[in-house]
Amino acid sequence: VIEIVSTSIDVQQVLQSVEDPSVGGINMFIGTTRNHSNGKAVVALEYEAYAPMALKMMHRIADEAKAKFRITAISIVHRAGRVEIGEASVVIAVSSSHRKEGFEACRYAIDALKKDVPIWKKEFFANGEIRGQQQNDSGGL
Amino acid sequence: VIRVNIKLFASARDLAKTDHITLSLPDRSKVADVFICLSEMNSEFRKWEKHLRFAVNWEYVPNDCILHDNDEVAVIPPVSGG
Repeated sequence: VIEIVSTSIDVQQVLQSVEDPSVGGINMFIGTTRNHSNGKAVVALEYEAYAPMALKMMHRIADEAKAKFRITAISIVHRAGRVEIGEASVVIAVSSSHRKEGFEACRYAIDALKKDVPIWKKEFFANGEIRGQQQNDSGGL
Repeated sequence: VIRVNIKLFASARDLAKTDHITLSLPDRSKVADVFICLSEMNSEFRKWEKHLRFAVNWEYVPNDCILHDNDEVAVIPPVSGG
């Protein structure tokens, strides 16, 4: 399953999407929204996605993970729109015969997603300030 | 002359004050020419030249990528998903 969704991610459903009687384990990464950023209280986040390209890249990351590691199945689901604190913003599940490949593929997928998938986070602070995440990373943009 | 559809996201959209622009450009224009047009709209774009990536028809491309009629060109600031 490769999806961008605007409501809560059903973690159990993502888990079930990679279940297979042939696998020896399932590895999951759940990214959640934290309540602070640069020492300031965050009350909510909003994710903006360039959906058609983001989905295309998420499919490619899944295909690459399958090609690089011996895994059985992989699902990647990301939120778009407003996300409350503590909710899952991204869920990746990987099933594999052996745990080493599962861990590696899961890490590969989240790292690749964070680097290249066109999705942007905006933070809403308790003091009313609103800031795009990239303003931290590249000094103003 | 070709027409290309420019899509702007996150801070690039804030700089352009719009989420899409249609540009008419000479044949064989490049992605870099789109950046020049954006800089003319708002000179602030120049500061972010190194940080912006461009995608044509949902694929990242280098700045010398040649554009074709009806291409969708996305202006992609540093991503922050996850």
